[in-house]
Amino acid sequence: MMQHLPVLQVLLPLLGAPLAALLRGRDMAWGLALLLTGAAFLISAVLFSLQYQADGPLIYDLGGWPAPLGIVYVIDAASALVLPVVSGLAFVATIAARRLVEAEIDARDHALFYAAWLLTIAGMLGQVTTGDAFNIFVFLEISSLSAYALVAMGAGRDRRALPAAFNYLILGTVGATFYVIGLGLLYMLTGTLNLMDLSERLAEVESARAAFTALAFIALGLFLKMALFPLHFWLVPAYAYAPSAVSALMAATATKVSVYVLIRLMFGVFGVEFNGLADAIGLLILTLGIAGAFAGTLAAILETDLKKLFAQSSIAQLGYMAIGIGAMSLTGLAAAFIHLFNHALMKGALFLAIGAIAAQVGRASMQSIEGAGRQIPITMTAILVGGLALIGVPLTAGFISKVYLVRALLEQNFWLLAGLTFISSALALAYVWKIIEAAWLKERPAGAPVLLETPAHYVPAWLMVLATIGFGIFAGPLVDAAYAAAAVFIGEGR
Amino acid sequence: MSSLAGQWNYFLVIALMMIGFYAVIARGNMVKKMVGLTIFQTSVFMLYISMGKVANGTAPILTGEAQTLYANPLPHVLILTAIVVGVATTAVGYALIIRVYESYGTIEDDDLIKMIEAEENAEARDA
Repeated sequence: MMQHLPVLQVLLPLLGAPLAALLRGRDMAWGLALLLTGAAFLISAVLFSLQYQADGPLIYDLGGWPAPLGIVYVIDAASALVLPVVSGLAFVATIAARRLVEAEIDARDHALFYAAWLLTIAGMLGQVTTGDAFNIFVFLEISSLSAYALVAMGAGRDRRALPAAFNYLILGTVGATFYVIGLGLLYMLTGTLNLMDLSERLAEVESARAAFTALAFIALGLFLKMALFPLHFWLVPAYAYAPSAVSALMAATATKVSVYVLIRLMFGVFGVEFNGLADAIGLLILTLGIAGAFAGTLAAILETDLKKLFAQSSIAQLGYMAIGIGAMSLTGLAAAFIHLFNHALMKGALFLAIGAIAAQVGRASMQSIEGAGRQIPITMTAILVGGLALIGVPLTAGFISKVYLVRALLEQNFWLLAGLTFISSALALAYVWKIIEAAWLKERPAGAPVLLETPAHYVPAWLMVLATIGFGIFAGPLVDAAYAAAAVFIGEGR
Repeated sequence: MSSLAGQWNYFLVIALMMIGFYAVIARGNMVKKMVGLTIFQTSVFMLYISMGKVANGTAPILTGEAQTLYANPLPHVLILTAIVVGVATTAVGYALIIRVYESYGTIEDDDLIKMIEAEENAEARDA
């Protein structure tokens, strides 16, 4: 039983999806989704501890076929760190989904909603676990296709969800196809698709130009998928018009998984020693990352819709992850992993809290939260703490992210970049202040709808808030795990 | 020159790829975008299929003879999966187009952008 855990956490939601589509009756499909995401979370926690105790990666041969002939699932320090992020966030989002989905989606569609919900989670878990490059594409498409459908389900409340989902589909498919083109070139060069095998054989390949072209296609496809500036235009409408539960799940996990896949391909297959990676692609990622940090933050300051505001801030936060990757060092990569983890917690908290408001008033605009600080203090405090964590205030997880990011940049003598990172983080104060001003300094306008909060509204968000504070104060284990994850890809002394 | 002529299949793939990609970017009609996307994906299928071809090779069927020269079946199998993914994408895409047409009455990007902007301005006035 124990040796089957790596495949079980993908199979449970995958096989649960068609079952959920068949379930009728109140809360049946939701209960199944809760059970399966809970089980997946438990399994990924067990896998994390198993991997921590083991010497090397845990390898699972699918169907008993060993690598490189068969497809293997690999639990190493990196995937063991990202799996609990995905499954944990999925579990908490599922807890919150019951109320949000009831408020926002037609009762007829609930079963299908949870089917797509489970599929997208299975796809993300599969991308993280698999050790086969083509398998990553298949899981990428499983999670994306169901995500397009989930975003489109926001159409019951706001028809703009439909064009948003369509644009997401077009750009998502273009990104995935670019990835496949790059993979085809790699396969022509090496004759293998197993990630470990690829990296070994790529070292012997003579045609550096073909390998570089493959890297360029793969990186570009994944930039689109992770919404790296300036390829982020699909993200904001998709997050803003999707049902609130979907916004929370996707904002917390979807782009992070693409970041992880990018790291796995860039460093796990090509490696830092690869010609053209450090100077060309690394520089590109650094530039786009810092540009995205400013573009996202400035756009967030101008937004009046809370979901769009925090979607724009996601662009900025993905920029910080990109900066960590682009630093091409052990500390940089560790910082990227730390921020990947922390940002999932913060954005999960924020979108779950905003979802609780949006489910009541239809659209969470700045106007809708005027004076809300006194009416729903617990929910608004969750948003406040999440916002402070985004800035990087000490005692929140965001602070730890920024500390390691700046440390990585200073190690490489990127003084200017470190300064710009600091400035763009400080700018985030402007949009958090806008929320404070609206929620606490203004009176609730007469005639505004009365906002409610019960434990069901704020408990899921506060689980994430407490985790944000917890990992902000006791960051040691996370930092160790992130360094172990980075060490999978980059040796000491870089 | 002979090496170029020997790689005609890749030129075909690149031409198809560019045609499809151009249609995705340049066309405002959602159906045309989907058509472009399908052409773009198909060009990648052909890239994979033609790379599995072995000169004078036959279909990879087990005959019992040890010395049969056969085409590489792996890229072909990969593309079977990719075709399924492509069909699913196309189905979701056209389903979305139908829903867009039902609620907006148009599938032209330009008109949609105008309508969405109008909705957003109306919201901004309310706020």
